[in-house]
Amino acid sequence: MVKEIERAGIPVVHICTVVPISQTVGANRIVPAVAIPHPLGEPSQPAQKEKEIRRKLIDKALEALATEISEQTVFE
Amino acid sequence: MSKIRVVHYINQFFGQIGGEEKADHKPEAREGLVGPGMAFQASFKDKAEIVGTVICGDSYFNENIEAATEELLKMIEEFKPDLFIAGPAFNAGRYGMACGSIAASVKEKLGIPVLTGMYKENPGADSFKSKVYIVSTRDSAAGMRDAIKLMAPLALKLALGEPIGTADEEGYIPTGIRVNLFEEKRGSERAVEMLLKKLKGEEYTTEFPMPDFDRVEPSPAVKDITKAKIALVTSGGIVPKGNPDRIESSSASKYAKYDIEGVEDLTAEEYETAHGGYDPVYANQDADRVLPVDVLREYEKEGKIGKLHRYFYTTTGNGTSVANSKKFAISIAKDLVADGVDAVILTST
Repeated sequence: MVKEIERAGIPVVHICTVVPISQTVGANRIVPAVAIPHPLGEPSQPAQKEKEIRRKLIDKALEALATEISEQTVFE
Repeated sequence: MSKIRVVHYINQFFGQIGGEEKADHKPEAREGLVGPGMAFQASFKDKAEIVGTVICGDSYFNENIEAATEELLKMIEEFKPDLFIAGPAFNAGRYGMACGSIAASVKEKLGIPVLTGMYKENPGADSFKSKVYIVSTRDSAAGMRDAIKLMAPLALKLALGEPIGTADEEGYIPTGIRVNLFEEKRGSERAVEMLLKKLKGEEYTTEFPMPDFDRVEPSPAVKDITKAKIALVTSGGIVPKGNPDRIESSSASKYAKYDIEGVEDLTAEEYETAHGGYDPVYANQDADRVLPVDVLREYEKEGKIGKLHRYFYTTTGNGTSVANSKKFAISIAKDLVADGVDAVILTST
């Protein structure tokens, strides 16, 4: 899905936990997530802290979208 | 001759420990065979014996690849195996990645022959086919018998150091390794025969298939993210409560588009996940953990992004074929372009 949207000329950032899968499939901008059942959450943390984790991931994703790249890049 | 000592790797499901709720199960070793090991053992007869089975949860492995590999290698080594078999994993993505990854590590670190099996679209197949032999299986466990019929004899051949035939003959996914051999007819004759068949519109088999590098060039970066219209797309199956469009929990045949105008936060009362391939508890409690509408709304208000697109697009990525995913995304992309979306955040579970 990442590839077909990107092929249409829209930059895509893929937020996912299993980075090797994303790389194999061919996503160009990749942000590693927290865990498979909750990529953008951390249920063990209090709500405020959890939201902070989510903000950080989104910040990273926005940074990825604003960065020119020439090859697959993982934004850690 | 003494029996070949085999160690078998399976996940929490085939280990009969549990389903998704046990996907974080840590590596565990058991003496003898478990689950599908029984069918392998029956096929090996007295030539080989499964001396031990190692089991690991699919999520645990994929979230802790290095630590899990290290723990598993230790357990596997203690059984002093001559041969290592992983899976088969069919079309289970995380299981396939685990089987390929652990098989490749065992081959490299313990220096013994290894074999795994999975469906050709499993992401583990593309990732590991050049490193280990992967028998091509059907996409679900209904293909277990067929898989074992191919895997067991190939495993024995590998263990005995017998010559391995071509991918077609043995049933494995082509590894990309070429072997020199003598053909009865010389190259020019074969080429002319192929050409004649092609001209007649008949079937022919090329001797040099072109590799399929389906890569997409990265799109240019967003110039000013504070003015950009950003859309959310997910393969994590987030849907309005009750799953009104009945997106399948696995092998999805469709995607859906939902209006989030005025939605500030995805609450447990109004949203849930339809995805059947991961433990749904956390996403059902708070779907923002998969589809971060809450934070993007916040950023929209603060001016950190231009606008959160009015619709989000969703499907379940669980066992969904590449052909379907491609079809969904082509149609989604058309919509997004027409709506003037500047960038996409796509989340996967």
